[in-house]
Amino acid sequence: MGLSLEASIALAALAPFLAALLTPFIHSLAGRYSGWVLATVPAGIFLLLLGVSEPVIAGGTIAASFGWVPSYGLTLSFFADGLSLIFALTIAGVGTLIILYSGAYLKGHRHKGRFLAYMLSFMGSMLGLVLADNMLALFMFWEATSVTSFLLIGFYHNRQAARRGAIQALVITNIGGMCLLVGVILAQHLSGTWLLSELRGLGGVLKDHALYGLVLALFLGAAFTKSAQFPLHFWLPNAMEAPTPVSAFLHSATMVQAGVYLLARMTPVLGGTAVWTGVLVAFGGVTLIWGALGALRETDLKQILAQTTIASLGLLVLLIGLGSEAAIAAMLVYFVAHACYKAGLFMVAGAVDHEAGTRDITALGGLADKMPVTFIGAALAALSMVGLPLTVGYFAKEEMYLALVGGDWLMLFVLAVLVVGNALLAGVALIVMIRPFLGDALPTPKNAHEAPVAMLAGPILLGGVGVVAGLLPDWLSADVLAPGAMAILGHAVEPHLKLALDLASPLIWLSALTWLLGIVVFRQAQAIRTVLRRLSAGIGWNADTAFDAVMFGLIRFAATVTRALHHGKLEFYLLAVFAALAVALFWPMLALGGLDWIVPTAELGDWSKRLVLPDLRPYEWGVVLLAVLGLLAVLIAQSRLIAILSLGIQGTALALIFLLFGAPDLAFTQLMVEVLSVVILTIVMTNLRLDARDHRPFEDWARDGTLAVVCGAGVSLLLMLVLTGTLDTRLSDFFTATSVPIAHGANIVNVILVDYRGFDTLGEISVVMGAGIAILALLRRRKKTEETGP
Amino acid sequence: MNTVIFRTAAPLIVATMLVFSVYVCLRGHNEPGGGFIGGLIAAASIAVFGMASGVPAVRRALKVDPLAIAGFGVLLAGFSGLLSLFIEAPFMTSIWLYLDLGETVVPFSTPMFFDIGVYFVVFGTLSAIALALESDREEDL
Repeated sequence: MGLSLEASIALAALAPFLAALLTPFIHSLAGRYSGWVLATVPAGIFLLLLGVSEPVIAGGTIAASFGWVPSYGLTLSFFADGLSLIFALTIAGVGTLIILYSGAYLKGHRHKGRFLAYMLSFMGSMLGLVLADNMLALFMFWEATSVTSFLLIGFYHNRQAARRGAIQALVITNIGGMCLLVGVILAQHLSGTWLLSELRGLGGVLKDHALYGLVLALFLGAAFTKSAQFPLHFWLPNAMEAPTPVSAFLHSATMVQAGVYLLARMTPVLGGTAVWTGVLVAFGGVTLIWGALGALRETDLKQILAQTTIASLGLLVLLIGLGSEAAIAAMLVYFVAHACYKAGLFMVAGAVDHEAGTRDITALGGLADKMPVTFIGAALAALSMVGLPLTVGYFAKEEMYLALVGGDWLMLFVLAVLVVGNALLAGVALIVMIRPFLGDALPTPKNAHEAPVAMLAGPILLGGVGVVAGLLPDWLSADVLAPGAMAILGHAVEPHLKLALDLASPLIWLSALTWLLGIVVFRQAQAIRTVLRRLSAGIGWNADTAFDAVMFGLIRFAATVTRALHHGKLEFYLLAVFAALAVALFWPMLALGGLDWIVPTAELGDWSKRLVLPDLRPYEWGVVLLAVLGLLAVLIAQSRLIAILSLGIQGTALALIFLLFGAPDLAFTQLMVEVLSVVILTIVMTNLRLDARDHRPFEDWARDGTLAVVCGAGVSLLLMLVLTGTLDTRLSDFFTATSVPIAHGANIVNVILVDYRGFDTLGEISVVMGAGIAILALLRRRKKTEETGP
Repeated sequence: MNTVIFRTAAPLIVATMLVFSVYVCLRGHNEPGGGFIGGLIAAASIAVFGMASGVPAVRRALKVDPLAIAGFGVLLAGFSGLLSLFIEAPFMTSIWLYLDLGETVVPFSTPMFFDIGVYFVVFGTLSAIALALESDREEDL
């Protein structure tokens, strides 16, 4: 391979985004084969990562970094160790099959190209997340997965349930995202590094800090929302409104595993404490049982699988919480096994839905004759989920029991939870495998037949991997387990995977117990479902409805605040604005003693000396007179039009004053602004068809008048106050001295606007345009309501 | 307002104001003027034109939507700042180019293009508002 190791790591994270950008073109060129074409991207990434995996398996890491914001010392850095490579390979491998599957699943859909582009961007975000070294980059990719998953869940945007599911997922995972951002910043603040690879080497710096609890809570908040831990699990079943490829990819093997990845990644930094173990094991255990029971309550294939995913995520979190060598090894094997069988089962569910027209297990039966290959895929996956020997699932189960056998009574309790949870999951696996495919054939909405190759490749290949990897335990432990566990625990781990069944060990009997209970669950599924449904109906209230209540309350609250602040009465807006102006003018003057000079003291009490007429030339007096006349005309004007015009006269006089006292630019602008305001105000007035006369009751008149006088007095006092001080001329000296030599311009005002302060001006003109757009929108709306009638 | 005198004089006023606005805009770097004031003058001329000849005539004469002119202005101003990236200088570093025409030297600079951008923004936005206000309700905005 011509690429350096470093470059290939970065390429793996960024290539899907490029592919997503090109997807519209590729889709329009390749048409119905776009799924096949685009699947080469993740396949290429998979091979690329496989090609660079050798040094990682040997225990090393690969790192790549680019300048990001050099002035802050930030680098966009990636690194791959055992843990990230396991996740990245899973993402790319499953991703290849999913893209292929999507191509067939959405065949002929109008927005198939858009869907594939979303999928690829999601994949890029996910790969970036697991390969990121910089914690800010990790956060960025983390949020990118939330956004892309929002787009994907809401893909059928004309369905209300899909929109709700998308918003719910976005809200919940974004709460976690915010936690992550604060946690990451805090971690950097305490440790002094943005890099995960460096943080890992610092050992106890966070664990021993007084703020450890806060950091831990923030990271757990992020991981628990993303990985759907109880009680924040409810968004995951609702996210099943997404097209099935999305569920297979995001909500089994990848996005929801981001939280698991984060916890595993932070284990060396935050893990190992009593709080860590307690919280993770407790939440993981509850989630495991909750999800497994939830799965038994459902009859929709996708809902069943979603609930088992929640259970599996709980199991993974529990194992990370235990943190022993065997537990971490079990976590890694279980992750791989779960990714293979769950993605496969989702794809099977999608194929059944696609070909038979329903996903309800009570309405399906005997499909094995019509869809034999799909059935084989389902069976391979379900056997791994049950954990029969010769599958990866078996090793995962053995390993996790090994982690707990022989502990104290608390450990034994956890072991019991695990056995029950696994048994429930095994029962569900049997239901998913047997109910739709075996037994009597039931009539289905569509005449079922075998799914296309692109939709079968996924389940068969993933199921096959689950079994083949189970036949090669040595490879699994040396090339997958050891580097991954090394990355988490920091030292080499002795793997325990063996093919031979040792009847003397308690593990095999625990497994047998699990299978036995699983069969019982399968046989009693109907009864269990009835009981569970009655229970949940009896409670009648769950996290999902709580979410709705909170969202509804938020909207009500926002509406109340808006109505209070934004009531639509122009005169009150103006009143508020000018009252605020008066406060802003007088408060600092009073607080800083700016008005002391005006108070007559014993020595300076002689006001007559202060009130002398300034020495003005006759034409200057004329201008002042013009301004005063304009002002008086405004006050006594009987009609609005005359008042507006008089205001223009007053403003023009002001412009003349600027002109006389050496500010031609200002005068120029003032004049034009006056002209335009008179024109625009006149048009507005005529358009509004107001009463030509401006009558107002005395109390309004007094109120407005007082406010006007107060504001006017405030501005005048402020100006006088400014004039009493010495003028700091450093800035104007600088501009006068440098304007011509540096900026090649003699008009300092203009040079400041376009050169020295050009960036400000750029912002200002953007605001001008934005305001223009807003005004046009308002006008257009007014016209519309006029046409249709109020 | 729609008198014969006004309607006859308006095109002359408008043309003079527009030419003057360009003049004011371009001379702004050394003498009173600049993009902002130039844009104001041009917008005022459009307002006058609108009163005299009606909004549809003005829209036809302008060819493009005034708001698009404003958008182009923001774009132009932003891109004039980006030019400095080619000489590896920070954003909005000014670049000057003196074009020697024998008799006279014409200076070109990125601040000049920036100022022209400001001109377009002010002109476009205010014209759009003025025209929208002047238009009768039957016309579309």
